[in-house]
Amino acid sequence: MRAAVICRKVVKVFGDGEPVYALRGVDLQVPFGELALLVGPSGCGKTTLLCILAGLLYPTAGEVEVLGYRLHEMSGSDLVRLRAKSIGFVFQQYNLLPALTAQENAAVPLLIQGVPRREALRRAGELLTELGLAERMHAYPHQLSGGQQQRVAIARALVHNPRFLVCDEPTAALDAESGRRTMELIRQIAVRPDRAVIVVTHDARIFDFGQRIIYMNDGIIVREEMPAGAATPASGGSV
Amino acid sequence: MLWIAFQMLTGDRAKYFGILLGISFATLLIAQQSSIFCGLLLTASSQIFDAKDAPIWVMDPGMQYVDDIKPLSENELMRVRGVPGVAWAARYYKGLGRARFGDGKFQQMMILGLDDAYMVGAPQEIVVGKLEDLRQPDAVIMDERGYRSLWPNQPYILGRTFEMNDRRAVLVGICKASRTFQTFPIIYTRFSQAIRFAPQERKALSFIFAAPEPGLSVKEVAARIEQRTRLKALSRDEFAWVTIWYYLRRTGIPINFGTTVLLGFLVGTAIAGQTFYLFTIENLRQFGALKAMGLTNARLLGMILFQGLFAGVVGYGIGIGMAAAFGILAERSDRLSFFMPWQVMVGTGVAVLIIVALSSIFSLRKVLVLEPAQVFRA
Repeated sequence: MRAAVICRKVVKVFGDGEPVYALRGVDLQVPFGELALLVGPSGCGKTTLLCILAGLLYPTAGEVEVLGYRLHEMSGSDLVRLRAKSIGFVFQQYNLLPALTAQENAAVPLLIQGVPRREALRRAGELLTELGLAERMHAYPHQLSGGQQQRVAIARALVHNPRFLVCDEPTAALDAESGRRTMELIRQIAVRPDRAVIVVTHDARIFDFGQRIIYMNDGIIVREEMPAGAATPASGGSV
Repeated sequence: MLWIAFQMLTGDRAKYFGILLGISFATLLIAQQSSIFCGLLLTASSQIFDAKDAPIWVMDPGMQYVDDIKPLSENELMRVRGVPGVAWAARYYKGLGRARFGDGKFQQMMILGLDDAYMVGAPQEIVVGKLEDLRQPDAVIMDERGYRSLWPNQPYILGRTFEMNDRRAVLVGICKASRTFQTFPIIYTRFSQAIRFAPQERKALSFIFAAPEPGLSVKEVAARIEQRTRLKALSRDEFAWVTIWYYLRRTGIPINFGTTVLLGFLVGTAIAGQTFYLFTIENLRQFGALKAMGLTNARLLGMILFQGLFAGVVGYGIGIGMAAAFGILAERSDRLSFFMPWQVMVGTGVAVLIIVALSSIFSLRKVLVLEPAQVFRA
């Protein structure tokens, strides 16, 4: 089974004066086809690790390999290109553009890649239909419930068919039922043999959805566990 | 992405209208005040342009502008006529006189005396009557604006009489004339008549109009006149600019209007800049998300500049339209000088571009230094 994500002794230090160690030597591997949950208390470094894996931050030390790319050796502009092409993002606060409809929001990553607007909207529309939002495609974010907004955000994260999906607290702003439905969608639609998914969460109610739960504390991974009944990673995938 | 930039800009109606308001207001103020300024300067030199058949103005060398009259002697006219290359030279009187009307009212008048033989400097458009009627005894032609101020809401009636310097004047025509700085009614008459209407002076020749012989340029002949007579000889345009520069240098007009234009620029920049900045700040999270999703700084720069430029073009259009509408109303009311040449429109456009650039730069800095990782902070 090929690894989509490999971290070796990753260290991240913030601050010019007194250094703050956000990560203190993280070793991690996430194979293609796996939905991994990254959990831990606030300030344990999970969001920092997610940012490094997504190519948004450089590690202070250590090696990071994502989809075969050695992120710690790549230039800023190469990282931007990698993010645009191969990484999908689901944010805690959805971060939908309020002036765009659900369909237009979902089409944004394709527009960033330069796909013609008509084609981008068509593909976004198909995905929204798959996510059960066919009726709400032309609604603006403020006209949608929290759960619907998060589904639009998921569509936006997947519309360009990324091979690595990062989700930051996707259920934090949702009630229990909406949260479970969102995770169900991520598991059903996002998890594929050629894609790795990492979800950062505090929400113990969704731990069942992970194929592996990675516990962090104080900047290091303290333990990993497979939830009871968790499926093995979908087979296949290549870099 | 420009489409997204457009949607983001126009989607937030309140901010969008706020930005437009700032730019439109600045455009209106800059264009309107500049046009009134141009109108005033044009007014200052309007009488020079009105004398379309006088290519060369000859005057006392000490004269600084059109109303600064130092009369010449009749000998000077003969000397100008004697300069080689001068086709003709004609007398021109310009002065003020007081008219007394039948009902006892007095009114200051601007008297323009045309050479009895050549009639150079005559009004170009006679509304009622004929120019030839000026050859009748005591005849005067008055400008429309003056007539309306003396006899408001009355039809044009020729044959009206009034007294000037105890001499009878008979109205034989009504003409069009550009507005002057003094706003007095203008009367055209023959030179010989004008010097009787005006208070007595030892010398009465205000200007000498001259023209070059065919094949010679105005500039060349004017230079010859200056060389031979030691008088000042200027082309119509040169004299107009001399007059305009005098007003620019010696009066508070440029400072007054310049201050208002500057205020318009500053207030417009402040309103547009602040609203645009707030718009960007409120969308910072969204911009961060776009950056995280792989949008480059260069494309973000393009989006923000497009938003600024779009708002600038629309705001400029509204503002310049409002200024033009003001100009039309001013023209109708006949009380305000308003002249909007293309230079004012281009200049205002440049000012708007600067406003937009400044507004965008404030916002851009914030967006360009934004770390996309911040979007993951709750």
